Amino acid sequence: MTALAAPTESAPRHEELVDDRLIMWYYYMALSFLTISMLAGILMAFQLIKANPLSGIELFSPGRWRMLHTNAIAYGFLANAFLGTIHWAIPRLTFHPVASRKLSYFIFFAWQFVVLSTAAGIILGPTFQDQPWVMYLAKTYHLPMGLGAQGLEWGETPFWIDPLSLVGLLLVAYNFMMPIARTKGPMYVSLWYFMAMFVWTPLTVAMGNLLPEYTVAGTSAGAIGGLFIHDLVGLFVTPLGWGLMYYFVPIMLKKPIWSHGLSLVGFWGLAFFYPLQGIHHFLYTPIPMFLQYGAVISTIAVELVVATVVINFFGTLWGRGRAFIDNLPIRYFYTGMVFYFITCFQCALQVTLTFQKLIHFTDWVVGHAHLVMFGVFTLWLFGIMTYLIPLLLKREWYSRTLIEWHYWLSAVGLFIMFLDLTLAGVFQGYYWASMQPWEVSTNGSQPFWIVRAFAGFMMFGGLLCFLYNLTMTVRGEVTQPTSSDSTSVVVLGS
Amino acid sequence: MFESKTGILFIAGIGFFVFAFVSNGALPMMMYKDLPEKTAEQVVNPRLVRQFRNLQDRYPEAFLKAFGELPEPKEIPADATADVRAALIADNAKLEEQVVLTSAEALRLGRQVYVGEGCWHCHSQFVRPVSNESLRFGPVAKTEEYQNELQRPVMFGTRRVGPDLSREGGRRSNDWHAVHFFKPSLVSTDSPMPDYPWLFEGAPDQPNRRGLALIAYVQWLGSWLDSYPYYEEIDHLRSSE
Repeated sequence: MTALAAPTESAPRHEELVDDRLIMWYYYMALSFLTISMLAGILMAFQLIKANPLSGIELFSPGRWRMLHTNAIAYGFLANAFLGTIHWAIPRLTFHPVASRKLSYFIFFAWQFVVLSTAAGIILGPTFQDQPWVMYLAKTYHLPMGLGAQGLEWGETPFWIDPLSLVGLLLVAYNFMMPIARTKGPMYVSLWYFMAMFVWTPLTVAMGNLLPEYTVAGTSAGAIGGLFIHDLVGLFVTPLGWGLMYYFVPIMLKKPIWSHGLSLVGFWGLAFFYPLQGIHHFLYTPIPMFLQYGAVISTIAVELVVATVVINFFGTLWGRGRAFIDNLPIRYFYTGMVFYFITCFQCALQVTLTFQKLIHFTDWVVGHAHLVMFGVFTLWLFGIMTYLIPLLLKREWYSRTLIEWHYWLSAVGLFIMFLDLTLAGVFQGYYWASMQPWEVSTNGSQPFWIVRAFAGFMMFGGLLCFLYNLTMTVRGEVTQPTSSDSTSVVVLGS
Repeated sequence: MFESKTGILFIAGIGFFVFAFVSNGALPMMMYKDLPEKTAEQVVNPRLVRQFRNLQDRYPEAFLKAFGELPEPKEIPADATADVRAALIADNAKLEEQVVLTSAEALRLGRQVYVGEGCWHCHSQFVRPVSNESLRFGPVAKTEEYQNELQRPVMFGTRRVGPDLSREGGRRSNDWHAVHFFKPSLVSTDSPMPDYPWLFEGAPDQPNRRGLALIAYVQWLGSWLDSYPYYEEIDHLRSSE
């Protein structure tokens, strides 16, 4: 609450707290990786509809680019964009700069190195897998040493990069925990989420990248792999996303969050229930049944918690509904929240054994993943970028129309993809259960996959609008020297 | 506590994470700690060796280049004395040991190719007890099947564009797999699976080391089960030569 109070006389100036240039660098990298990731997704979409123009070229293998697609989103786009944004949010919330500006720049370059080497490892690794020294290591230590991807979703980062990314995350935690540690008095909601995230993320990454590869095999590794893929969304992306919503939404609506009590419920509910759910990714596996039931129950529990968070935010919007129409960042944020609610409602159903029987292994799950990663977090980050970039570059957007196009193409494209893949999943599930030949399921999926490809084009078209708009804005002249230590910056159309 | 730094750091941050890890991660680890984890050498079985030898017979030049020659066990003459017999049996055991080592090497490499090429993103390796899966694929998956080096990390999978592969071994011939990896649409007309021509030297009958290893790995999957099928009399080729 204190953090939302008007800056006092003694408050440090924006320039002392925030390095605008570094944030823009993070955004440029994030958008580059997002572009690559979406192109990779389009390649895989083409492969599925049997129209891959790059078929048979080793370095464009759809299997490898599919892994690049997810990794570039998680580590290239989301991580970069989030890191950039907390460089803005945390110093301004705490009135203290990061521990070291030099360290910030070092982390920036180190993180790009991690992402680029992950990409190189995934794309080139399998080609050079058969090196005698790699196979010697594998044979001697009975470990799955691979130059390419490792066999765990989002843990595909080649084994030699894992320790580097872990060190990087610890440095990030140090750099941002210092300003938080220096604040006095009660902390604002966003900082709860960020603090917890700085603890959770290194723990999650260490767990997922070390245990299933080096320590345990088999079913128990499956349980830990489930925890990892789930915690990476729940304990890294989600707290950052909600933390930033708690920061930006009240600023843009110029009013406090509706209920502090609900904020508490939301945070502590997420903190308790979210880590308990990993095994729900592997229902009906040989993992003990009581653990599967536990994961299902805590998943349903967290959806109730999530509902309180969404209610809290719509309570905040209450009375300012007009902002949803003419304030573009707010529109992005609340669209994301609607998608978030759909995701969680869907999750509470699909996590049950009844639904899993039908939809596990189908495109339903793929649709769900896109709804979360693109429909919620990417849209939020688009909203944040739409708001922050004029402040960082000190100039107005080149074109509001292009922002509208970006919004509509992204949101509608994503929603079409979600509906299409969800329906495809139901069809696939019934095709399989009905014991028809396997080709029936892939042939029956073709119409859905074609629609999915078009939905992907829409989303990519939206991104192109954004990139063009950004390029023209960067080239444009400084039109609006913003007083950037004010939190009441006039936003588009408000 | 709910809004203090220590509360958030130690209770929400570390405490809840550790609680979840212990109850959801460490617990299954402890439950299965008595199931020994097998090495790649230990999971090589006679069925795999048969398939591996069959690869040598079918693609002799490629195989020689990739894995060298697999030693043949010596025949024991019927009139051999007990000493000679014992010596031959000991020799054969050593030769067999060598074959197992080479097969394990192929399994390791094959698995790395399987993982590196992203096969596991479209093919699962576990049969569920629901949705008629045991009718389609074979016996429901059991924990013991996953307690080996080649399941690090475990290959349960999360998506099936193509069918489950955990009971694939022995169902199709090595030739079928070679052609299929080279260009899936040649044998499976409507398949959306990508081509993998880089596992071959230009033609389906010339698999390279990675290609041979991948075929061996796929033929190994499920070879430990009683339900392992013999659709093709794979010894026939050799005896007719």
